[in-house]
Amino acid sequence: MKRIHVDQIEKAIEEMCIEANYVLPVDVKNEIYEAMKTPATELEARTLEIMLKNIEMAETQQMAICQDTGMVIVYITMGQNTCIEGGYIEDAIHRGVAAGYEKGYLRKSIVKDPILRENTKNNCPAVIHYRLVPEDCFRLTLSVKGFGSENASQLKMLKPSDGVEGIVDFVTSSVIEKAPNACAPLVVGVGIGGTFEKVAALAKQALMRPLKQAHPESHIQNLEETLLQKINDSGVGPMGFGGNTTALAVHIETYPTHIAGLPVAVNICCYLNRHVTRSLL
Amino acid sequence: MKEKTIDLPLKNEEEIKELQVGDWLYLNGTIYVARDAAHLRIAERLSLGEPLPFPLKNQAIYYMGPAPAKPGQVIGSAGPTTATRMDRYTPQLLDMGLKVMIGKGRRSAAVINSMIENGGVYLAAIGGAAAYYANCIQSQEVIAYEDLGAEAILKIDVRNFPAVVAIDSFGNSIYDKE
Repeated sequence: MKRIHVDQIEKAIEEMCIEANYVLPVDVKNEIYEAMKTPATELEARTLEIMLKNIEMAETQQMAICQDTGMVIVYITMGQNTCIEGGYIEDAIHRGVAAGYEKGYLRKSIVKDPILRENTKNNCPAVIHYRLVPEDCFRLTLSVKGFGSENASQLKMLKPSDGVEGIVDFVTSSVIEKAPNACAPLVVGVGIGGTFEKVAALAKQALMRPLKQAHPESHIQNLEETLLQKINDSGVGPMGFGGNTTALAVHIETYPTHIAGLPVAVNICCYLNRHVTRSLL
Repeated sequence: MKEKTIDLPLKNEEEIKELQVGDWLYLNGTIYVARDAAHLRIAERLSLGEPLPFPLKNQAIYYMGPAPAKPGQVIGSAGPTTATRMDRYTPQLLDMGLKVMIGKGRRSAAVINSMIENGGVYLAAIGGAAAYYANCIQSQEVIAYEDLGAEAILKIDVRNFPAVVAIDSFGNSIYDKE
């Protein structure tokens, strides 16, 4: 049996909160550089240029790329034989988030109650997802999700008869409508299948996949390409100012579903698709 | 694409009329910072007939809630937030003399109509470019609602702050061009 101490988890989470907020993953950065090669207008070129300059400045000055340092989402993938020692894992995660947001000078954006709206002042709690796997491992993926783009996300229970056409219509119309508010160029996570709650989780998980890494199934890969093409053909462009690049990527994750259903969820992320992965075992 | 440098606050209303949708601006001067919670408090104050903590006439408001400043920094990361959430409070502020709004994303028809009526302009800053904008801010001072933390009202002084005219005072919108 593999053992892991909660102190290790706490320390990792603290560091990952800061890293995710200061340094954009290289695959995301590369796609923005790609977009810079084919601007439609000077306005699009200048907008992308400031986006890139900002990413460089945040990294060199060691400060938050975006002032919306997000709500923390933690994915834990662990072997089913792993033993967690030294305390409750979620307490450790929250100590790590609180420390990371304090030491990293990150904005605390979480309110304790969605109706009463009092700030928790330490950016806790995080949203935590667990996945048990047969092999020995303990892997953390931490994402910081801003709400300009989270607010632009949508879920719809389509009918099986709506088919691929229905999916394409729903995804492209939600993305095009919301792109200016959500800080395009976007990374679009799409979930298809499962149940009401599963499809939302799939859409979020799709955002964690490295950009340009295609889906293993060819019909899904084709759908990803179709959606990206349609979204970029809209001409909405960075920040909705017009241009060739409205989305950097569309990622789809699927799950088996019921004979009567076709759930579809669109989780939108801005061009600052901030996440970090670390293995502790 | 026209490029212009604008000093804030605006000295006269004519300056607004010259700003056209799609213009690339560099802003210099004084801007007030307020987002969701501050707008709610302002609306509450106005409904009670109480004065506002800062003058609105000819002023600019930036929809923003900064990250904390590190030692030696003027301000932490300071990019724009979505303007749409401020729409319900905005026509009233335009009626009182607010001229310039800086944020990101679409505005409601009610806001656009009020902008046309009152001669206001809506500028979009580059979303997410928060470290870049922090470097454009020369000074900052909390002028009201310190208890709101990142949502307090600030008075900031900016230099070469880039923004795009997203909706001009005639109601032309960059978001309608698709």
